[in-house]
Amino acid sequence: MIQIVLNGEAKTLPAAMTCAGLIAHLSLTGKRVAIERNGDIVPKSRHDQEWLADGDRLELVVAVGGG
Amino acid sequence: MQDPLIIAGREYGSRLLVGTGKYRDFAQTAEALDASGAEIVTVAIRRVNLGQNPDEPNLLDALPKGRYTLLPNTAGCYTADDAVRTLRLARELLDDHRLVKLEVLGDPTSLFPHVTETLKAAETLVKEGFDVMVYTSDDPIVARQLEDIGCCAIMPLASLIGSGMGILNPWNLQLILEQSKVPVLVDAGVGTASDAAIAMELGCQGVLMNTAIAGAQDPIRMAHAMRLGVQAGREAYLAGRMPKKLYHGSPSSPSAGLITSCK
Repeated sequence: MIQIVLNGEAKTLPAAMTCAGLIAHLSLTGKRVAIERNGDIVPKSRHDQEWLADGDRLELVVAVGGG
Repeated sequence: MQDPLIIAGREYGSRLLVGTGKYRDFAQTAEALDASGAEIVTVAIRRVNLGQNPDEPNLLDALPKGRYTLLPNTAGCYTADDAVRTLRLARELLDDHRLVKLEVLGDPTSLFPHVTETLKAAETLVKEGFDVMVYTSDDPIVARQLEDIGCCAIMPLASLIGSGMGILNPWNLQLILEQSKVPVLVDAGVGTASDAAIAMELGCQGVLMNTAIAGAQDPIRMAHAMRLGVQAGREAYLAGRMPKKLYHGSPSSPSAGLITSCK
């Protein structure tokens, strides 16, 4: 189990996983989302290579309506 | 293209830029965008709502693919740091998209822009290769500094965001217009079509609005009205208005050949 902070909320993940794994875990595979990990962007091309670590702070965002 | 709006080297046929917020649903958003004739539309970047159904429709899926140039914004950011992070995420989200709208707010009630944080963020973003259209106050000194930093468009407010108060200080806008070499667009405060027309008659290169359309009783019809208002204002600007004459009327009909009453 690892502990992360996702979009400002503490979250426990059942197992070690990559960013792509997290997206799948949240049922968001194939959706247009972007990830920032500990202040740095994780490019799409690295989603399946970047492993999450205990204490990671993640931001997961989408585009929404706005002016 | 005749009389295109040129931003960051790209030509656009429409001088009306519109937001995608505050509509009833995505269908109404799409219909209003279509009626406005806009080619550049703003979007906001927000945290994924983790509680929500992942199959809920997404704004990007609701807009016709490839039709619009998306302009991700930093609405709701109060520091340069948050604005820069937001736009880095936007660039990643939209596949290395560079054209962005920077807005850093300074007060949650008035939503007045925080110009020093805006300057700081603009500096970083330009260095990182973003094409920055920047929302700012109507202070000509700040506008010049933003242009010197390398912003590709200066977007002063006409009045407060979402207020619909119209153009409160045309004199300041004029000062900004006279000094700027990059496009100046009015962003925020437009309430109805005449406000958009006035902005364009002043010589603005375009107008950006959201609430004026989304908050109208009939948003689709208002989107169309804004399209016409912007076009009318632009045409009037290019035509060059007649000089104003103070204190003296000038008849439109000939003064000679009038019938006179018999004495």
